[in-house]
Amino acid sequence: MTAAKADAARLRDPAAVPRLILTVGIIVVLWPGFRLTEFDLGVLFDPRNREIMGRFVGTFFPLATSAEFLRLILKATLETLAIATAGMALALLIASPLALIVTRSLSISRIGPGYGFAAGRLLRLPARFILMFLRSIPEIVWALLFVRAVGLGPAAGVLAIGVTYGGMLGKVYSEILEAGDTRPTTALLEAGGSRLTAFFYGMWPVALPELVSYTVYRWECAVRASVIMGFVGAGGLGQQMELSMRMLSGGEVSTILLTFLLLVVLADAVSAFLRKVTA
Amino acid sequence: MSIKLDQVSLVHPNGHRAVGNVSFEIDSGERVAIIGPSGAGKTTLLRLLATALRPSAGEIRILGDDPWRVGRGVLRELRCRVGMVHQAPPIPPRQRVVTAVLAGRLGRWPLWKGLASLVYPVDIEGARQMLARMEIADKLFERCDRLSGGQLQRVGVARILYQQPDLLLTDEPVSAVDPALSDRVIGELNSEAIERGVTLVASLHAVDLALHWFPRIIGIRGGEIAFDLPPARVTDAMLKDLYASEAAVPTQTNAPLAMQPTGIRRKPMCS
Repeated sequence: MTAAKADAARLRDPAAVPRLILTVGIIVVLWPGFRLTEFDLGVLFDPRNREIMGRFVGTFFPLATSAEFLRLILKATLETLAIATAGMALALLIASPLALIVTRSLSISRIGPGYGFAAGRLLRLPARFILMFLRSIPEIVWALLFVRAVGLGPAAGVLAIGVTYGGMLGKVYSEILEAGDTRPTTALLEAGGSRLTAFFYGMWPVALPELVSYTVYRWECAVRASVIMGFVGAGGLGQQMELSMRMLSGGEVSTILLTFLLLVVLADAVSAFLRKVTA
Repeated sequence: MSIKLDQVSLVHPNGHRAVGNVSFEIDSGERVAIIGPSGAGKTTLLRLLATALRPSAGEIRILGDDPWRVGRGVLRELRCRVGMVHQAPPIPPRQRVVTAVLAGRLGRWPLWKGLASLVYPVDIEGARQMLARMEIADKLFERCDRLSGGQLQRVGVARILYQQPDLLLTDEPVSAVDPALSDRVIGELNSEAIERGVTLVASLHAVDLALHWFPRIIGIRGGEIAFDLPPARVTDAMLKDLYASEAAVPTQTNAPLAMQPTGIRRKPMCS
C-alpha cells in the first residue's frame, strides 16, 4: 500500500510546478502593463464614445470614387511605392556589408581559434553597435529629422526608411545567416576561401529564400511606414490620408485604407512568387 | 616531411579528451589509412591535420608549417594546399553540382573569378573531368539535393580532386557508397596521390578497403594510437582487439572478418 503510494508520488509530472510558476509569472508581468496603459474595453463600448465612433465610421461609406480623387490616389500610391522601394534599396546598401561583418560564422580567425580572433571579435562590436543605433530610433523620428534637413517631400521618407530598415535588415540578415547550416561555409574557409566567396558559395544557396522573404516583408512594412511618415510631410498616401482625415471625409479615408489592403495583398503575392523562384 | 605530430592532445570544451598524446610522422607522398571503432577520434585527428582544430597541447607541423604559429596570410595559403573530404559532404542542398565542384579552388582563385563563376561556371570542363573520375559526369548540372547520399559523397571527393591539394585528407569518404564503387573511389584517390606525389591520409570504416589499398595502417582507439604498421603485419588479433567494443570488425560487405581472414586482400610487405 505504502509502496504503491510512493510510486504514485514518483509518477507525478515533474514539469507541472515549473509550468505553474511560469504561467503565474506571465500574468504577474502582464497585469501591471494593462493597468499602466489604462486599458479598459468598457471605455470603447461606452454609449457616448460609441456614438462618436459610429458617426465617423458611418461616413466611410460610400467610398470616394470620383475620377479626380482616384487619380490623386494613384499618384500618391506610386509615390508611396517609390519611397518604400528606394528606401529599401538604401537599407540593403547599409545592411549587407554590416551583416557580413557581424556574422560570426564567416570569421576565419574563429577556426582554431587562430591569430586575430580577439581583434575580430572586438571589431564586430562597433558594427553591431551601428546596427543597434540605426534601428533604435523610430523611422518617424528620423523622418522628422530629415524633413528639416532636406525639406518636405518623399526624399525625407526614403532616407528615414533607409537608415532604420538598414539597421533592422542587418541584424536579421546576420541572424538568418547564423541560424542556417554553417558547415558548408566553414568547410570553404578551412580550404582557404575568403569571407566573401565563402558567403556566396556556402551561405547564399542555403539562406536565400529566407533572406528574400524577410526583405519582401520589410518592404511591406516600409510601405506602411511611408504612410505614417506622410503624416509628418514626407509625401505619398500618408499625406493624402492626413488631408482627408482633417477634412473628416470618411469616404476618402476608406478608399485609402482599401488601397493599403491592396498593397499588402500585392506584397504578399510578390513574396510568395519570389520564394517559389528561389526555393 | 608532410605531417609531424609531437605529443598532440585535443580536449573538447566539454572536457572530453578526443585525442591524447599522439605522435607520428608522415612523409610526402605517403598513403596512410586510419582505422578504429566509432568515437575513437578518427575525425578529430583528421580535423587537426586539416588545421580546422587547434591542439590543446603538443606540436603540429603541416606541409612544413606550424599552422598556429604562422601569420594569417600564410595560414590561408597553407589551407589552400590542404583538402579535406568530409564524411557528410558540406555542400548546400540547393547548389548545383558544377558549382560545388568548382568551389574546391576558391582559395586559389582571385575574388573576381570566384564571383564570376557564380554568374557563369568558369571551368565546366574541369569540373566534368573530376566528376567523370567519380562516374557521375552526367550529374554535372544537377542540383545537389536531387542526388543520393553516395552520389553526393562522390561530389565531395570530386571537389577535393579539383582543388588539387598537396595534402589529401578524407574522412570516411565512401561511408554511403556501395562496395564496388567504394573500391573505385578509393582507387582514384590513391592514383591521384601517386600521380601527383602528394600525401593521402584517409580514415576508413571498412577495414578490408584500408588493408587492400594503403601501405601504412594506423589503428586508433580511445584517442590513442594502438598500432602503426604496414598492412601485412596487421594481424587479425590486433583488429579484433581494436574493435573489441563493437560486434565485429567492420568490412564493406559486413561479412565477419574472423570467419574469412583470407577474404581480405593484403598487399605483400615489400610493396
